[in-house]
Amino acid sequence: MPLPFALQDNAEIARRFPDLHPAFDRQEALTEANRCLNCFDAPCAAACPTHIDVPRFIKKIGTENLMGSALSILDANVLGASCSRVCPVEVLCEGACVMLAYNKQPIAIGRLQRHAMNYFLDRGGKLPKKSDRKRAQKIVCIGAGPASLACAAELAQQGFPVTVLERRPLPGGLNTYGVAEYKLRAPDSLREVAMIGELGVEFRFGVSIEEESELAALEQEYDAIFLGIGLGAMHELRIPGAEHPDVIDALEFIARYKTAGRFNVGNNVVVVGAGNTAIDAANAARRLGASHVTIVYRRTEIDLPAFGFEYEHAKQEGVSFEWLTQPVAIHTYPAGGIASVECVRMNDDASPIPTPIPGSNFHLLCDMVIPAIGQAPLVSLLGQCRGVEVAAGRVQVDRASGRTSHPKYYAGGDCVNGGREVVDAVADGKRAGAAIAFEVVNA
Amino acid sequence: MPDAPTPNLSTTFAGGIRSPNPFWLASAPPTNCGEQIMRAFDAGWGGAVWKTIGEPITNVSSRYSSVDWNGQRMMGLNNIELISDRPIETNLREIAEVKKRYPKHVVIASLMVESTREAWHDIVQRSEDAGADGLELNFGCPHGMSERGMGSAVGQVPEYTEMITGWVKEKARTPVLVKLTPNITDIRQIARAAKRAGADGLSAINTINSITGIDLDTLEPRPNVDGLSSHGGYCGPAVKPIALNMVHQLQNDEASRLPISGIGGIGTWRDATEFILLGCGTVQVCTAAMHYGYRIVEDMIDGLQNWMREKGFARIEDFRGVSAPKITDWNHLNLNFKIVARIHEERCIGCELCYIACWDGAHQCIHVNGAHTAPPAIEATSRARIAVTPIPKLDRGVASHAVPTRVPRVDEDECVGCNLCALVCPVENCITMERVENNLPRKTWEDLVNGNPH
Repeated sequence: MPLPFALQDNAEIARRFPDLHPAFDRQEALTEANRCLNCFDAPCAAACPTHIDVPRFIKKIGTENLMGSALSILDANVLGASCSRVCPVEVLCEGACVMLAYNKQPIAIGRLQRHAMNYFLDRGGKLPKKSDRKRAQKIVCIGAGPASLACAAELAQQGFPVTVLERRPLPGGLNTYGVAEYKLRAPDSLREVAMIGELGVEFRFGVSIEEESELAALEQEYDAIFLGIGLGAMHELRIPGAEHPDVIDALEFIARYKTAGRFNVGNNVVVVGAGNTAIDAANAARRLGASHVTIVYRRTEIDLPAFGFEYEHAKQEGVSFEWLTQPVAIHTYPAGGIASVECVRMNDDASPIPTPIPGSNFHLLCDMVIPAIGQAPLVSLLGQCRGVEVAAGRVQVDRASGRTSHPKYYAGGDCVNGGREVVDAVADGKRAGAAIAFEVVNA
Repeated sequence: MPDAPTPNLSTTFAGGIRSPNPFWLASAPPTNCGEQIMRAFDAGWGGAVWKTIGEPITNVSSRYSSVDWNGQRMMGLNNIELISDRPIETNLREIAEVKKRYPKHVVIASLMVESTREAWHDIVQRSEDAGADGLELNFGCPHGMSERGMGSAVGQVPEYTEMITGWVKEKARTPVLVKLTPNITDIRQIARAAKRAGADGLSAINTINSITGIDLDTLEPRPNVDGLSSHGGYCGPAVKPIALNMVHQLQNDEASRLPISGIGGIGTWRDATEFILLGCGTVQVCTAAMHYGYRIVEDMIDGLQNWMREKGFARIEDFRGVSAPKITDWNHLNLNFKIVARIHEERCIGCELCYIACWDGAHQCIHVNGAHTAPPAIEATSRARIAVTPIPKLDRGVASHAVPTRVPRVDEDECVGCNLCALVCPVENCITMERVENNLPRKTWEDLVNGNPH
């Protein structure tokens, strides 16, 4: 059955966004795999939200049982390929590696995982079924991001018919639209989703669930509903001039180059905010041709919300930083283009909400402004979720099962955890899938 | 002690072979011709045993194969190469040339000819006329030559060894070394035969019969000669413990005891020193030189001298053989000696390899988290825990839950002192085996069966 999605590799983008970490060759992988101590009850596996049995898959690389290695990874995490590229391993598996306590480099777990997953996907490997039974109970997943994909895969592997509804034209969520291309190429994300599609999962694109009545209809048709809807749109810059067309939020900016190819970003780009997404956007602006990319952040370097290794990477890419700086207005040329961002310096007084220094205004010349100041919860849908309890913009669930306060609804990923990593979404989705399978059969 | 005089590495071996140091190249490809041997002497080797001279043979193409281990190349090397494929006259002419240019270095002629008194008398005479400092009788070659009644076909039969060694001794004016094959039930049987026939020394061990492996793609064994292979001789780091044991057997047996040139997995000064500590007068190296070149001898000399200086040894004889008496039969070991494992918490990195090794491979006396819990239960607990990626912005103000300690604990009452945990621990001196004083007198198995009151 041909899958209804595909994306051609864009040569220009591929040239400008080469792999951040090149793939291991066979000998490199063998040497690195053999460096692994094979810890018992390994801290790396405990740190992984999906609890991939890291020593198990690494030892299989050491014996050149790459098929077995990949299946060991997939057994815990069906998005093992994308996780191997996008996980912040420094704060997860590799950050827990005992080698660090020995004053040595941690094992390159992410790159080894990618080595095994490349072997598997290059040979058209298929996800194994967990049961030969054909189940009658139907499940629908809303959103085609990592959480829904993991939930759908778990259920399909157990023999349930699963439908995934997605408002965008392509599946994968942020894996396809939102990850820096030098970490994960959009076509590779789709290749991984295709593997889940081959389990028999049905994908429907361009389907937006906006109305309560639509949810009611889904409740009639399906035995369980999984909410993997992620977060909503990015927060808008609420300053004069922010409605200019060359003010593009970071996720929109990243999605555009990843799926539509290179576009003109101008010579000077200002990114507002200093989270991981801000850094992805800033680095991308450099690679798309901007000579000067500046991140403005209203707090200090110490408060930087991005991971430390992302900050280091941005500096290597040539991104500059303006600390204690807040934009107050965007000025345009009479001809229409953006001229500058007017900023103000902030007091360095450790107050909970930084306060501006009066009269400290200055201008940063720029052609494009990229706000990256966080995503809002998807309140529009959540507000209508039929009695599903929501607090502080997050769906409330039992963490072990993903169960919400409504017996038919389960949830996982960013809409539950407020916006963590792909691997967290996969863990949520898988736990929910297993819980749904148990519940719909035993209810 | 940088002021101490440079230790003297020169040796006199097997009744008169004077060598500037104990490091010789074994009879093998690194000693195939005079040009090579002269370069080796320039690099610092004290002697060379010329690749075995005999009636020239034909070799096959594809001759070596190796066993790699954990990403390291050539833990063991196997060869199916035969003796010299160069004419006897060429080898003898080059021996003369080398000895003329390097009179103070040792050249030993390794010999293998058909099993007649005349053939052996002839080759002995010609080798010594060429200037060889000694002769090594190759009774060990395990492949190719043995099928023709030479090599290990001689070295596996005491009577043949004694007969041919006797023929050589009738003629030889230089020391005669007999090279022993390990491919035999008791290496001492052959050594005794050689000694009875008057041999002046032994070279041990030759290579071990081996098949290194099979290519899992083609299903063909290695080394591959047109789809087929043959058993070959195994050497390299993997064989050192076997060689050390055989050297010790020979030293420990009065009827076998002769000067020994130690061979088998020697690649560093440390390896060489161990052979000398068990009694060897010289050592021979092959695989390491094939892997890295003649230059390795520089560190062998330097490292041995530094060690001798540190230990206060001025000459090789000062420490040769001193460890040999410390190897005895099992029934002489003290049954009342008790050691236990101690884990040094400050060094532990929490890999818990000692725990799983003790539970699955030893005596279940190492525990984690203070409880006597079997491995599957511990893993299940970890897998059931919900872990999330730490995100500073989201986790601000959330106390991170305490991580349980991963430092294991030894139940010293149950510990049998087997050493396994200390062997698997990747951190030096993290697990030490320490003596527990039990105030019991020394008692051996021999004491027990003899009714000794101790």
